[in-house]
Amino acid sequence: MTGLASPPLRTTVNGDGRAAGTTPGASQGRPRPRRTALLPTAALVLGALYCLLPVAWVVVAATKPDNELFSTFTFLPGDGIADNVTDLSAYRDGIYWRWMLNSVFYAGLGAVLSTVVSALAGYALAIYRFRGREAFFNVMLTGVLMPPVILAIPQYLLMAEADLTDSYASVLLPLILSPYGVYLGRIYAEAAIPMELVEAGRMDGAGEWRIFRRIAVPMMAPGLVTIFLFQFVAIWNNFLLPFIMLGDDEKFPMTVGLFTLLKQGASQPSLYTLVITGALLAIAPLIALFLVIQRFWSLDLLSGAVKS
Amino acid sequence: MTQPPKGARRSYGAEAAPYAHPSPTTTLTRARSAQYLFPSPTTTLTRARSAPYLFLLPAAVLFALFFALPIGYALWLSFHKVEIKGLGLGKGAKSEVWAGLENYTSALTDSELAASALRVLGYGAIVVPVMLGLALFFALLLDSERVRARSFARLAIFLPYAVPGVIAAVLWGFLYLPDVSPFHFLLGKLGLPEPDLMDGGPLYLAMSNIAIWGGTGFNMIVIYTALRSLPAEVYEAATLDGCSELQIALRIKIPMVVPSLVLTFFFSIIATLQVFNEPMTLKPLTNGIPSTWSPLMKVYNDAFTGGNIHAASATAVVLALATFVLSFALLRISNRRTTQGAGR
Repeated sequence: MTGLASPPLRTTVNGDGRAAGTTPGASQGRPRPRRTALLPTAALVLGALYCLLPVAWVVVAATKPDNELFSTFTFLPGDGIADNVTDLSAYRDGIYWRWMLNSVFYAGLGAVLSTVVSALAGYALAIYRFRGREAFFNVMLTGVLMPPVILAIPQYLLMAEADLTDSYASVLLPLILSPYGVYLGRIYAEAAIPMELVEAGRMDGAGEWRIFRRIAVPMMAPGLVTIFLFQFVAIWNNFLLPFIMLGDDEKFPMTVGLFTLLKQGASQPSLYTLVITGALLAIAPLIALFLVIQRFWSLDLLSGAVKS
Repeated sequence: MTQPPKGARRSYGAEAAPYAHPSPTTTLTRARSAQYLFPSPTTTLTRARSAPYLFLLPAAVLFALFFALPIGYALWLSFHKVEIKGLGLGKGAKSEVWAGLENYTSALTDSELAASALRVLGYGAIVVPVMLGLALFFALLLDSERVRARSFARLAIFLPYAVPGVIAAVLWGFLYLPDVSPFHFLLGKLGLPEPDLMDGGPLYLAMSNIAIWGGTGFNMIVIYTALRSLPAEVYEAATLDGCSELQIALRIKIPMVVPSLVLTFFFSIIATLQVFNEPMTLKPLTNGIPSTWSPLMKVYNDAFTGGNIHAASATAVVLALATFVLSFALLRISNRRTTQGAGR
């Protein structure tokens, strides 16, 4: 996406052990004063608390029974979490879990396909010198800048022509190609794969495909994980496209489902408790994923090349 | 159409020609060489020549289908309109005819669109500087050895990235409701007036807050990574010269991460002008948000509620162009600033 500022990547790939920041002695390069700077630490912690505030609130609010949501103090927990989850699961025969599964499906499959496409294209752009290489890359990059809305309406109309609206494919297909992902793929391939290795593979008689599979893919692995995560989050968070494409709420992803629930809540406030419980259950998996994954995957890798 | 074999073969040759120049023999060897253990240099070369195109094929096809084609179609739609003949009944009564710039003039003179554009500009004027300022500030703090609780803070500030915009708006939306809001609770305790956070002026702050909350962490990581990649010797030299941490931050670190700042700036603007999910989600919770609050909501409204896809396409094109012009203009200004700064 941002071919203009690629240099950070190499250092991040090598330096992510250091980036964890907790390993003692890992930052040999710099002098390390031991005195704590109180004010800056306070500012940083304050920022962290601000970011945790709504999450903390939703955890508390999801424990409140219907009648307490608007009556007891915001951060006073109730004891209705089990009931709320049961109510949510019972709502329209468990359609909430259907939305959750749909989101997992869209984001999971979409991100896998996207990673494959990005890896292939990124590898080609990084390793081969061929006619049209830069043109292809630049055209692709302008695609990033294209506002989703200018795409969404004609995408919907074209899908309607193909009789594909209101189908899983209508949400899945347009999101497979991520110009972002292709850009990342190129950067990672350039950083991780030495040309000599590719040449050596050719000398040994390996085909181009085999070289890609056996040499390039393993070397690009950390980058590919990053592309996967990036796309997973992007599709998981997507609202506009499924909102436009889908009419049948059995196919809704989480975001659109919760939105419709919230909209109904305007006339039926008892649904608000379900919305809140649903919101908590919807963000829990991604937060858990990031907490788990950060042990062996560095956040910096995401930003090392992704500037959005 | 009725001469498939000849035409097909010719087009295949034409397609292959620019990159591979394959003579019939090399094509033949290439096909066979797969089974050979020791391919000749020429066949490897031929293979290597077509390989990048094959690798790019999925991306190219998807790009054509889901980017190029829709953009072309949107442009086409924006220059057409529906003409109704007679009473507009029956098949063929409605036809799409060339509209020239008609859709564009009506889009540009639409007061609703202008109002929504103004709203979003005001919103962007809050979001972009505050969000990037905070992102830079936190990144510098994370990069300072004397600050504690860094890994906790880094993760906590990044956390909102994992929260979909719709859900972020739901969470904050409830926190803005007078009966739920801790802000109202605090203001009430202090005996201060309790403004409606989702109407009028405060709405801008409420809406901006959601975007700032959601976007700061990601931008912080981007800037922080750029800071980490700066060579440590620079700091050592500065420390030996007796620079304080603050001086190092202001004089060395910030100027060196300007490229990252420019990029985060660029993409923040694009994202801001396209705001849709958050106002759309807050709408059911208040009467203060019209259905055309942001330009994108206006486009959606025209296309799917109003059913006028031609006007909506023209508006979308205008919006896209405005985004490009605005972001590139700002990019140029900031670039000129930086080069001037470096010159001094």
